[in-house]
Amino acid sequence: MQVDQAPLEEAFEATIAANDRIEPRDWMPEHYRQTLIRQVAQHAHSEIIGMQPEGNWITRAPSLRRKAVLLAKVQDEAGHGLYLYSATETLGVSRDELTRRLISGKQKYSSIFNYPTLTYADVGTIGWLVDGAAICNQVPLCRTSYGPYGRAMIRICKEESFHQRQGYELLMTMMRGTDEQRAMVQESVDRFWWPALMMFGPPDGDSPNTAQSMAWGIKRHTNDELRQRFVDMSMPQAEALGVTFPDPELKWNEERGSYDYGEPDWEEFWHVVKGNGPCNTQRVAHRKAAYDDGAWVREAASAAAARNEAEASQARVEQAPRPSLRGSDGRVETR
Amino acid sequence: MTTTQPDPEWPLYEVFIRSKRGLNHVHVGSLHAPDAEMALLHARDVYTRRNEGVSIWVAKSADITASSPLEKDPLFAPSGDKVYRHPTFYDIPSNVPHM
Repeated sequence: MQVDQAPLEEAFEATIAANDRIEPRDWMPEHYRQTLIRQVAQHAHSEIIGMQPEGNWITRAPSLRRKAVLLAKVQDEAGHGLYLYSATETLGVSRDELTRRLISGKQKYSSIFNYPTLTYADVGTIGWLVDGAAICNQVPLCRTSYGPYGRAMIRICKEESFHQRQGYELLMTMMRGTDEQRAMVQESVDRFWWPALMMFGPPDGDSPNTAQSMAWGIKRHTNDELRQRFVDMSMPQAEALGVTFPDPELKWNEERGSYDYGEPDWEEFWHVVKGNGPCNTQRVAHRKAAYDDGAWVREAASAAAARNEAEASQARVEQAPRPSLRGSDGRVETR
Repeated sequence: MTTTQPDPEWPLYEVFIRSKRGLNHVHVGSLHAPDAEMALLHARDVYTRRNEGVSIWVAKSADITASSPLEKDPLFAPSGDKVYRHPTFYDIPSNVPHM
């Protein structure tokens, strides 16, 4: 059936122009839908894969307090992934399909998670710098033009603050320790600084999708704008902590009211994006193993649901009809 | 929200949370579960890790009937031209108290 798209497109553009939100059942250009699916799914995958580098340290946390914090944080990453998968599904793609695309390498996740976590200080550095960079990226996305994505981001941003603060506090604790511990922190920061800067994506000149995404209100700032904001935010935090960043070009620019900084190694960035980073293979293999190993749990849950349903329908036959609204506490609210 | 599920995928449930007594349940998102009971447990883990709720509802997405955004104008037209339903439609002298 041929439908005249002009009025639909006009309504869509008017909604975007009014800075209003697009909702799941609204008409939207196919390219807008596909761009969102790519971006939100990549974001969801990043949260899920992002559980691995830190999850690596749960069994070796230095104290019960650190362990409880790390468990809560990694559980949050799972939750964030699920909020975002939920948003992606409203665009008409199924969750199983998204998992398949991740495992088969068809969809990407943030390259930062392809770097290894070598010491417990990395748990702190990831919280401070990696989650800090994520917050820079995510706060403007709370105002993204697609309603479900923006709402997921609001929930996520509320929780990210805990992630960043626990990381910074961990590093502060280590900095108050021995010389060896201080050296561990500096070494960890040295390894994560450049990959954290790369989290904002390629320079604006090499980011072909940015213009369209900004016109559609999917993105609110360019990669370089956000990167600059992150550098400016991080410098005083580094000074307070007593560490340096491994960039000789970092210095305050009075004229711009911002820090100048050196160029990240974009060759390394593309190398990791293309799947050749230190941990790419391991991360995807681990995700696939977790999915495969969980098959029996999913089957058992399905079997239990089927059995409960069979028993319930048997009971319905034997007993008088039940009121339809039953509270979660099991109490029946009669109509 | 309509999605077509391939066969092995668990049904999609929409999740509604009452954040505290005295407030309505509000839609917060969705999740997959084999049945409503498991959906409640998953909803607790996914959407209330920080005491965000005192009560959860889950409903199968497929059971929700929604108005169409394309029919928005005709659907809501009946209330569009009835300005007299708003208190500001009526001019009351300013010296009349408590009105």
